[in-house]
Amino acid sequence: MKKSVFLGALTVAGLTAGAAAAATLDDVKSRGKLNCGVTTGLVGFAAPDANGEWQGFDVAVCRAVAAAVLGDPTAVEFVPTTGKTRFTALASGEIDLLARNTTWTFSRDTDLKFDFVGVNYYDGQGFMVPKALGVTSAKELDGATVCIQTGTTTELNLADFFRTNNIEYTPVPIETNAEAQPLYLEGACDVYTTDASGLAATRAAFETPGDHVILPEIISKEPLGPLVRHGDNEWGDIASWTLMALIAAEEYGITSANIEEMSAGTNNPEINRILGTEGELGAMIGLDAEWAKRAIAAGGNYGEIFAKNIGEETPVGLARGLNAQWTDGGLLYAPPFR
Amino acid sequence: MSDMHSHLAFVRTEMLAQQEPPIKEKGIVKWARSNLFSNWMNSVLTIVAFYLIVKLIFSAGPWFANGLWDTSSLAQCREVLDGVRGACFSVLTERWQQLLFGIAYPSDQYWRPTLAFVLMLVAAAPVLFVALPRAMLVITALFPFVAYWLLWGGTIMTSVFLLIGVIVGYLVFTKAERFGFVLGLAAGLIAAVVVWKIGGVIKPSVDGIMVLEPVASRDMGGFMLNMMLGVVCISLSLPIGIMLALGRQSHMPIIKGISVVFIEFIRGVPLITLLFVASVVLAYFFPPETNMDLILRVIIMITMFSSAYIAEVIRGGLAALPKGQYEAADSLGLDYAQAMRLIILPQALKISIPGIVNVAVGLFKDTTLVSVISMFDLVGMIRGPILASTEWNGVYWELYGFAALLFFVTCYSISQYSQWLERQLRTDHR
Repeated sequence: MKKSVFLGALTVAGLTAGAAAAATLDDVKSRGKLNCGVTTGLVGFAAPDANGEWQGFDVAVCRAVAAAVLGDPTAVEFVPTTGKTRFTALASGEIDLLARNTTWTFSRDTDLKFDFVGVNYYDGQGFMVPKALGVTSAKELDGATVCIQTGTTTELNLADFFRTNNIEYTPVPIETNAEAQPLYLEGACDVYTTDASGLAATRAAFETPGDHVILPEIISKEPLGPLVRHGDNEWGDIASWTLMALIAAEEYGITSANIEEMSAGTNNPEINRILGTEGELGAMIGLDAEWAKRAIAAGGNYGEIFAKNIGEETPVGLARGLNAQWTDGGLLYAPPFR
Repeated sequence: MSDMHSHLAFVRTEMLAQQEPPIKEKGIVKWARSNLFSNWMNSVLTIVAFYLIVKLIFSAGPWFANGLWDTSSLAQCREVLDGVRGACFSVLTERWQQLLFGIAYPSDQYWRPTLAFVLMLVAAAPVLFVALPRAMLVITALFPFVAYWLLWGGTIMTSVFLLIGVIVGYLVFTKAERFGFVLGLAAGLIAAVVVWKIGGVIKPSVDGIMVLEPVASRDMGGFMLNMMLGVVCISLSLPIGIMLALGRQSHMPIIKGISVVFIEFIRGVPLITLLFVASVVLAYFFPPETNMDLILRVIIMITMFSSAYIAEVIRGGLAALPKGQYEAADSLGLDYAQAMRLIILPQALKISIPGIVNVAVGLFKDTTLVSVISMFDLVGMIRGPILASTEWNGVYWELYGFAALLFFVTCYSISQYSQWLERQLRTDHR
């Protein structure tokens, strides 16, 4: 994280002249491809399959934006980034959009000069311990060794949590989730901490998932969302409303299966406005009328994307929880399309 | 004669048949006694080592033997194995293309890097083995251009123009060399650049000739990327390293100063820092549109790094030569360039071979560090995409074992070659 702050400071210095990226939309259109930053690999969120096609929950955001802007969900150049290179890649203009389970924080939004365009996954940091350890609460972890990913907010949250509870711990720094898994299983650390979604995915891949428990404490808020550079609000709007369109589509029951039928016109004006059969919403953000229709058709609405990549039917097996629609008691709440 | 015999008690009249040596002094027993059990200390060590080997075989053997090769995910592997210990090699059979070529290299074009690899072996052969016909060096000279075309695709004319530039530059150099080595070099360089500029102008009109599907640098990955970085950086850093080593010995203060500062600075910085500079910091220095190729940036950085090390190795070789060799060259009336090329360097390089090979092997393995700047080389491929896929999340030994095997084969061959070369070049009488 220190490194990110340092590099962020560099960004500020470097990008005073870098308002050159003012018209990202034009750049993307003339290039014919969206440069989208993703993680180098996180189960369920982004990873290439055996054919080299990127798949995952974050990847779907990239594809939706590409479909909205360029009309082709495959017109994406995926740029893999690590926790350390992601912000510089965005700040330097190498990528147009960063969809890489990045936590929305104050300093990233303001000091690093980025704009978070929304939240596509509400997460929180949790702990996993072997059942044999007999621990039932994170507060009993005094003296534990903890595996933790460097350059992330989890590192800072952990320090905060252990300090407020006045307990000692030994951090074992690791680079990726994949690295943590064998270390944790071999007992190099007693505890593995990362976002709860990551813990669930990691545990699901164990040979005996039942031998490990995820502790009840969730010690942080981790709103993960896509982000863009400061200073190009038009581009930020496009990314933001594409995400909103996916969320709203679930709320109004627009799915990839019935989208053609619905775009013939329905008696719900909100749906008509989203799908471009009514109103001029597309023109307001510099796109054509069917932008949202294409974005939704690319991978389905939010609920479909969730179910396909990380939902309960998948090996990752995450419940909707906080990520349910507001109508179902979750936090997903798309502003009205009008 | 028989009379004389009668005075003697016994005379053997025929040769005895050859006897078997005593059982303790022959065959495996003798070998074991002298090598494994020559004293009590060695005996203990032998027994311990034997025990460890057997233990290893018995624990790893079933793991290999039970290995599965055709399941579609780790979960399925576990299901089939049903609690029995066994490897899940299916990840290799399903993802071997990605491990070798990266995620995005078009799969119908795999023949191109493969062909480039085979050509590399052919091109390297005449350089490595003096016994081969010298005419084969033509292949070596052509190889970089062909390989560039094969790997990156596009029209062959790019390579052709590059090649013409180099040829013209060389011809100009040979003509201008009589005015001095440095002057010739400068003239050759200028001529080459001029040809490349002209080529850049006419290129658009010949873009359609012999086109291979273009592949972006970003799409290169897997072991291919390690190979490319290793081969390119080692071959580039040798000449640069030689120049730096000579520069450091120079009597001209500016050249000496530049060489010393360069070598000491680069050696004082870890490679990973240079790679971060290449991937992160350099991006700030270029305007957003002109994104310099990441592979090129990385090649420049690794080459700088290894040439600094090679320069120091060669300086060691130069320092080991007796002063008489330098004086002998001078007394023959050779100028500096001739003396170096004909007398000094052949001897200094011979002394430096072990050191150079050491740097080369180290460098080749260091190319895996690019995974830290999110390039999908062999290790990056394993750490990132494969271990993050829902199917193979949790497979470690099989993947890293495969990576270790590939690197071991390559590095061991390099070191065996260098030992052979040292024996070939040995001129003293030890």
